[in-house]
Amino acid sequence: MGFRLKGFPGKGTFKRGVHPPERKNLSQDISIEVIPPPEKLLIPLLQNIGEACKAVIEPKQEVVFGEKIADADGFISAPLHAPLSGKIAKFAMTTLPNGRHVKAIQIDAHKEQVSEDALWHDMFFRDWPKDVYSLFSSEEISKRIRNAGIVGLGGAAFPTHVKIKYNQKKSIDALLVNGCECEPYLTTDYRVMVEAPEPVITGALFAAMATNAGQIVVCIEDNKPLAVKAISNAAKGTGIKVAVLKTKYPQGSERHMIKAVMNRVIPLGGLPGDVGVVVSNVATIAAVARAVLYEKPLTHRVVCVTGGGIKRPANLLVPLGMSYRALIDYCGGMTENAARILSGGPMMGFSFTDLDMPVTKGTSGITVLTHDEIKRDKETACLRCGRCVDVCPMALVPARLALAARKRDVEMAEKYNIMGCLETGCCGYVCPANIPLIQLIRAGKAMVMTNRKLQSKN
Amino acid sequence: MTESSTRDIRTDSETNIIQVISVASSPHLKNLSLSSRKMMIDVMIALLPVMGMAIYMFKWLVVKQLIIAVGSTLSAEAVFTKMRRKSFSLPDGSAGVTGLILGLSIPVIAPWYVGVIGSVVAIGIGKVIFGGLGMNIFNPAMVGRAFVMIAFTGVMAAAGYENKHIAVDAISMATPLDAFKQSGFVTPLRDLFFGFTNGSPGEISALACVSGGVYLCLRRTAAWEIPLGVILSASVMGLFSDMIHPDVPFTFLHHLAGGSLLFGAFFIATDPVTSPISKKGRFLFGMGIGFILMMLRFFSGYPEGVMFAVLFMNAVTPLINRWTIPKTLGT
Repeated sequence: MGFRLKGFPGKGTFKRGVHPPERKNLSQDISIEVIPPPEKLLIPLLQNIGEACKAVIEPKQEVVFGEKIADADGFISAPLHAPLSGKIAKFAMTTLPNGRHVKAIQIDAHKEQVSEDALWHDMFFRDWPKDVYSLFSSEEISKRIRNAGIVGLGGAAFPTHVKIKYNQKKSIDALLVNGCECEPYLTTDYRVMVEAPEPVITGALFAAMATNAGQIVVCIEDNKPLAVKAISNAAKGTGIKVAVLKTKYPQGSERHMIKAVMNRVIPLGGLPGDVGVVVSNVATIAAVARAVLYEKPLTHRVVCVTGGGIKRPANLLVPLGMSYRALIDYCGGMTENAARILSGGPMMGFSFTDLDMPVTKGTSGITVLTHDEIKRDKETACLRCGRCVDVCPMALVPARLALAARKRDVEMAEKYNIMGCLETGCCGYVCPANIPLIQLIRAGKAMVMTNRKLQSKN
Repeated sequence: MTESSTRDIRTDSETNIIQVISVASSPHLKNLSLSSRKMMIDVMIALLPVMGMAIYMFKWLVVKQLIIAVGSTLSAEAVFTKMRRKSFSLPDGSAGVTGLILGLSIPVIAPWYVGVIGSVVAIGIGKVIFGGLGMNIFNPAMVGRAFVMIAFTGVMAAAGYENKHIAVDAISMATPLDAFKQSGFVTPLRDLFFGFTNGSPGEISALACVSGGVYLCLRRTAAWEIPLGVILSASVMGLFSDMIHPDVPFTFLHHLAGGSLLFGAFFIATDPVTSPISKKGRFLFGMGIGFILMMLRFFSGYPEGVMFAVLFMNAVTPLINRWTIPKTLGT
């Protein structure tokens, strides 16, 4: 292990994991473009982990940019706002890439919209003072984050106000801002860090104020030197530290990042709060700055459209609710040999075929892969070679979990901690026998969950 | 969105172009440099120095023996899989590897039917009966070898390696372990190291076994924990014996380099299917083999014990797997 991380308790890396081809060069040097406003948007009422929203508008009603159109229903939920001015057309149903069938609001856009330049400035080029955070109370910051409807933009879409608040039960001493973006191909967070490091720093100060965290660390992998430079410059004089971590998948998993930086291990089934840490993604933190300082809701997000199957890869600032088709069209469409469309990156992204699905708060990227990129040999028998064990970042035995799932053996699945699986895909990436390990493990997890529910009923 | 540059995924009847978009579970990337077949090819490459030394010492006799063994394992695999109506499995290379290992572990002067019967038993009883590749409990080559060893005691026992009337010099000698057991003769370390000695064709040269074995470990086709465990525990036992009997000239180094210890440690014990799945388990497995084979060498009537040690530890593998479940992160 030649990797060293100075100034932190951790080693800058974690055990096991894999090195898939990064291919970030497809889009990493392309500046964020603001996509021209579309004619219509379809906004799903469920865009976060937790409860779906309740619509607060009626069809035929006029809405303006930033107006609340649906309110949070419950604590773990986040409101929705109109990403442009228009008229509510109707309620419709849509299916999200993860397979959930949800209610959605369709908005027909007005001809007149905020110009692209104005939108860009509104999002990232405001004044980001670094000395006003102490003027806000913890409650005020959390309230503004909640009102802005911010959820984790790294992909998980967990409501941010639930994390960034003063926690009476667990004392938090560190805020880690996640700029690792270990998922291959994607450059969403990278472009945000390079082009808009100021709101990230300001937002981090607010988040630390709200959580009462004494130290703030922005974590970036060592394959992103420009991002390290931009963030370090912006952070000057604030006391915020930058941890440059080893490029390895899944370095951006919060468990592995906390281990790499703080040398703390989250108990199985626990959360970062259990070890005194709050983790939030860079783009989320930038949205926090905007929400707290200017009370602006989350209506747009940066989406990286990339992969060998995209004619002109790009990083786009997109209104929520725009269709995947519109984004791919804007990028010149797909190439002849495009074979798979993903919401997210190639290691953990969901594949889908319905291009009319809308972009949601959790859409961290669109990756279109070619036949060559998804090439996979036929499945053969498990040789018990143990490669899956050697790479599993959770130190599980994927081959056993898959076997338990195949045999529908709940006891064995539980014994080998199937619920500890993060579905990072490391095992499936290396398996010499091409066994669909993650798919089997997912089925096994569903089986275990059903069984637990049945048992708690009895 | 009238002029859509994104071609529709469904059949476009006007242009008659169908773009096939597939869906699958993540991960969508696969490391193509890893496959079961490549692992088998790795083993064959690693066996090259071993086979080279064997051919140098035993000439055409070993070539004939290998052709018999590999030909029989391949035919047996084809016939048995056909009988079980399984898909054609020869291209995975595992039957070929079994044939090579078996051919390299029986005396070169054994009659042709020993290789044939050993191969058929190795594939049939050793592998296919359990459900084919990946399902077998015991190392197939060792099952085949154990069968012929019991069925044809005369040609497989220590004396089966010697024949004064064959023009190949090495065969006139007793094998190093037998020579020592019977007459106290100690083969020089240099001969054991380079392989100027009699024995099963795979085991004669320590140098060839180690060089091929290190290649396998570097390629990570073989788990390095297993040979390390074997060599470590055998050395400790050998040193212990050296301390008790300082006057015996057959030292632990002779034990390591002589007989099939190294061939077994690098090529037989490392069969992934029949060894434990975790690093810790593999190390324990190797230690067990080293311990049992040295006990057999010291106290049993057989001069060698690798085969029985491997088969015994194969049987214990499910238990080792149960004891050595890796500790999940955060538990």
